[in-house]
Amino acid sequence: MNSTTAIEAHGLAKRFGEVEALSGLDLTVPTGGVLGLLGPNGAGKTTAVSILTTLLEPDEGEATIAGADLRTEPALVRQRIGLSGQYAAVDEILTATENLVMVGRLYGLDKKTARRRADELLQRFRLDDAADRPLKGFSGGMRRRLDLAAALVASPPVLFLDEPTTGLDPRSRTELWDVIRELVADGSTLLLTTQYLEEADQLADEIVVIDKGRAIAQGTSDELKTQVGGERLELTTATTEGLDRAVDVVLPHTVTGNRDDIELKPASRTLLAPVTGGITALSAVVDDLGQAELTITDIGLRRPTLDDVFMTLTGHDTSAADTDPAEEPTATPEPTR
Amino acid sequence: MTTSNPITIPERSGLGATLSDIAVIAQRNVIKIVRVPDVLVFVLLSPIMFVLLFAYVFGGSIEIEGGSYREFLIAGTFAQTVAFGATFTGAGIAEDMQKGIINRFRSLPMSRIAVLAGRTLSDVIYNALSLIIMSLTGLLVGWRIRGSILEALAGFLLLLVFAYALSWIMAYVALNVPSPEVIANASFMVIFPLTFIANTFVPSDNLPGPLKVFAEWNPVSAVTQASREFFGNIPAGTPEPTAWSLQNPAIYTLLWSALIVAIFAPLAVRRYGAAAKN
Ligand SMILES: Nc1ncnc2c1ncn2[C@@H]1O[C@H](COP(=O)(O)OP(=O)(O)OP(=O)(O)O)[C@@H](O)[C@H]1O
Ligand SMILES: [Mg+2]
Repeated sequence: MNSTTAIEAHGLAKRFGEVEALSGLDLTVPTGGVLGLLGPNGAGKTTAVSILTTLLEPDEGEATIAGADLRTEPALVRQRIGLSGQYAAVDEILTATENLVMVGRLYGLDKKTARRRADELLQRFRLDDAADRPLKGFSGGMRRRLDLAAALVASPPVLFLDEPTTGLDPRSRTELWDVIRELVADGSTLLLTTQYLEEADQLADEIVVIDKGRAIAQGTSDELKTQVGGERLELTTATTEGLDRAVDVVLPHTVTGNRDDIELKPASRTLLAPVTGGITALSAVVDDLGQAELTITDIGLRRPTLDDVFMTLTGHDTSAADTDPAEEPTATPEPTR
Repeated sequence: MTTSNPITIPERSGLGATLSDIAVIAQRNVIKIVRVPDVLVFVLLSPIMFVLLFAYVFGGSIEIEGGSYREFLIAGTFAQTVAFGATFTGAGIAEDMQKGIINRFRSLPMSRIAVLAGRTLSDVIYNALSLIIMSLTGLLVGWRIRGSILEALAGFLLLLVFAYALSWIMAYVALNVPSPEVIANASFMVIFPLTFIANTFVPSDNLPGPLKVFAEWNPVSAVTQASREFFGNIPAGTPEPTAWSLQNPAIYTLLWSALIVAIFAPLAVRRYGAAAKN
């Protein structure tokens, strides 16, 4: 294998009855890299992780993980990976320490090493106070952290984390991000799935956006943002009819001069227009708005967020709940689980 | 980062690794028996209840020529209880599936047989515990071992071997059902008739025609008959059984046990390897 590539997958496909959970997914993660698999509910993230961690057999496609072939050497793959699945898979009756020691032993560590690793990890995940308590009394966040710790017991070179921060409060989430950054600094390769655009932005070197089982975009966070367009001018008018007049004022300052490239959000009386030139463009627009005697309540420049990326790529928002019906005629219903 | 992490995880293969994994899983299951109060109570109390129930409700009401019906019943009670122990195996595996921990095990470089073999092994311990408690209760209400200690041990061992084989059936069933609740019903429907259409509680000679044949060739009858013989609990003057299965009950039980494990262990292991997340 190419020792600089830790995860290489080609044409992964999997269907469950009528549902095509994955249809031809390619992934490449360099050794030491972090790939963020970003997608809404039902996009196929868990299916991809399950296949790459040998839990699920793909209908088609092949993959090499840490040099081991997924189809022919699944046992070797399991030796080289750690998995923290979407739902914490820890034993309720055992204590935190017992859970980690058990996992360590099943990786083949001897008792002493397993015990030492368990203690280290419990400390690192701030679970040392609860080390000897059965999990029944643990909060969701504690369980989640223990599950992540379990994935790290044997310091495997390749880690799969399926929505590691879902359900965590903001503080725990930031803490977990720090831990994940440390892991990466230590040289681990990471494949991480998330529904949070911010999370992918924060942690991943490379992002693959998937929707309905296929990759719809790929690149660094910056590349994706560029793909959607550069800077945008965002302005909010005081009245609804003011918004139409604002379009006329802004149009000459846009990159393309094309009316269709200006995104309108009538519900919030806001428009978004692609511009270049930053502050110069901004002040020019403000001048023109003044000439036109148009009252605005807010104006600013903004770089596209990954939400914009998602919007542009899929034509629908990342979650149905966030969708503004007025601006979202093409919204497709999310698959329910 | 261009250097890859050195792999510190030892290569895992061979019997040593498999046995170690089985031990780790069995140990985990035993911890659960001890820690979950409901389970512990069930382990301790239900055997006592069975022995007392059979001894006093039925034991006094049926006359057996040349012996005590109470003594006759004990081996049947043992056989029935350990057979129902297989339900415990099924429930445990179904619960592990439902809680998702099976998926963690399946992603680990552990032996593919260990989760199931560890479970069936820990259930031997569970059954052994039940047998000890039932024996003590039995002794209190007048049951006696009338053969040698060695023979009695052979009787207990045979009961455990047979129960172990049944555990593999339930392990396989559990990997194929959607929830732990289904397991209890499914096993009840199979194990209940198996343990009743047998010589467990009445001599099989008393059963009507087709049921009698079924009972004679039912392995539960054989294991009961064998342990009855090993305990020296066959009343004097009981006619020799006519079916080969009951003339050679120990061998017949072992044959069944071997056959069951040979079929269901590979099936279960294969199913475990392929088990989807739900
Ligand atoms: N075991 C299964 N049986 C049937 N359908 C399944 C199964 N697993 C997944 N699916 C379907 O495959 C599709 C992809 O599911 P998957 O769990 O991979 O999505 P996901 O991106 O992880 O979603 P989420 O963000 O909700 O976790 C969904 O439509 C889902 O309903
Ligand atoms: Mg998922």
